[in-house]
Amino acid sequence: MKLDMTSLRALFVGDRHADRVVPPSGFTAQLTLFAAAAMAFLAVFALALSLAAGRLAERWGDELARSATIRIVAPLDQRVAQTEAALRILETTRGVASSRALSDAEQQELLAPWFGSELALDTLPVPRLIEVIEDADGMDPAGLRLRLAAEVPGAVLDDHSRWREPLVKAASRLRLLGWVAIVLIGAAVAAMITLAAHAALAANAQVIGVLRLIGATDDYIALAFIRRFTLRALSGAVAGTVLGMIAMMLLPSTSEVGGFLTGLGFRGAHWLLPLCIPLLAGGVAFLATRGAAKRTLRELA
Amino acid sequence: MIDLENVAYSYGGGELLSDISLKLAPGSFHFLTGPSGAGKTTLMKLCYGALLPTAGHVRLFGADVRGLDRDDIAVVRRRVGVVHQDVQFLNHLSVTDNIALPLTVSGRHAEAAGGDLGELLSWVGLTNRADALPPELSGGERQRAALARAVIMSPDVVLADEPTGNIDWDMSQRLLTLLIELNKMGKTVLIATHDLSLIRATKAHVQARVLRITNRRIQLAGADL
Repeated sequence: MKLDMTSLRALFVGDRHADRVVPPSGFTAQLTLFAAAAMAFLAVFALALSLAAGRLAERWGDELARSATIRIVAPLDQRVAQTEAALRILETTRGVASSRALSDAEQQELLAPWFGSELALDTLPVPRLIEVIEDADGMDPAGLRLRLAAEVPGAVLDDHSRWREPLVKAASRLRLLGWVAIVLIGAAVAAMITLAAHAALAANAQVIGVLRLIGATDDYIALAFIRRFTLRALSGAVAGTVLGMIAMMLLPSTSEVGGFLTGLGFRGAHWLLPLCIPLLAGGVAFLATRGAAKRTLRELA
Repeated sequence: MIDLENVAYSYGGGELLSDISLKLAPGSFHFLTGPSGAGKTTLMKLCYGALLPTAGHVRLFGADVRGLDRDDIAVVRRRVGVVHQDVQFLNHLSVTDNIALPLTVSGRHAEAAGGDLGELLSWVGLTNRADALPPELSGGERQRAALARAVIMSPDVVLADEPTGNIDWDMSQRLLTLLIELNKMGKTVLIATHDLSLIRATKAHVQARVLRITNRRIQLAGADL
């Protein structure tokens, strides 16, 4: 069967008469619809997972990659001097865009979740933190560590890569998993539609025989079945996608403060992506039924 | 129209038909007879492209069947009306829709709804069964519906394989009358039957030639029939 404009048009516009040559098939039709809807529903979540994981990987990779922290752990009386020494070194370090020591107020804010806000920081040997922002080229952490070790004994450089890399890796893996799930769901839809189409074609062998006898072409017969299954998968997937999207909308939204997981929902234009799911399901059903019909018809006189 | 030249056909093991040569000229009326299992149905199937000969050539309207693809065969079948002994319909469509089906599948919906259909229904005597479903029809009604479906495309050839096998004598006569009328309108008719009395009854009305399959070959039967 040729996939040209005529057959495409026939697929969507349809032929009232051709549709009628395939007997109605109550119960199995419901099953096909249900399976397509369920798969589309799952696909919405797999898609949301992939997109969220992608956002996570990007955020962690992006924001954290360009910042590092230096901790000055020194007795209270040397802390200011060592902080200044470290800042001087940073000023002459290649790849550092800017650096600044955090103020007492900022450090207090950082510690507040653990110690409460009434803590008097100056009575405790809390290390001073220096925030380092890298430029686009990035810096050489090993070289910086050597220079710091020589001149500022109490400085510890934490370039975040230690804990950033596994996180980014995990997020990327999660995203990959999401896409694999989508591909598997698509393959499962194809398998399910192929089975259903095969069953329908086998059950209607007599109908097909009659149609061949009276001069129907293979395309005509195939299209009658293809239309039925494509439209069934399409409408099932539309229902499943809509339900899935409603479910996504009803998910409690995570605020930016607690947004470590960035929320599983769709963001902005990403809301348009799940709308592709029914189209893909329809396409998969079209190809699966076409293959099944072609194979069955070839065996008939 | 349909031209068989030294045709042989074998099913797996032995040869069922061999060295068959047959020409169905426009407007001719043929009977095909022979014992059960002699190959009458196989010969019919060769005539509408449902089977390909294992040797020799079958030409349908001038074209060798081996050179035809599946779509060409479909188009050929619109010019050949076929009636089987155990005729099959689309059981979920009414008698009218079933009779009009050849028009429907060839994209001629307008004619399928036209007045000719009513005329055809009354010709085969099924006007008051028009809305019935095929499983509700009697054997004779099924055969007449099959005949109406076979001729709705105004085919050049009508092939009937044991059309009277399942029906009583009166109904057979009625069906045969319809086939004779078709022949008088210029259609080529080939009827496979083992019912010799049917052949005798026909010969009074039309110039029919009788072909007999014996020993895998086809012979023109004598005038004794």
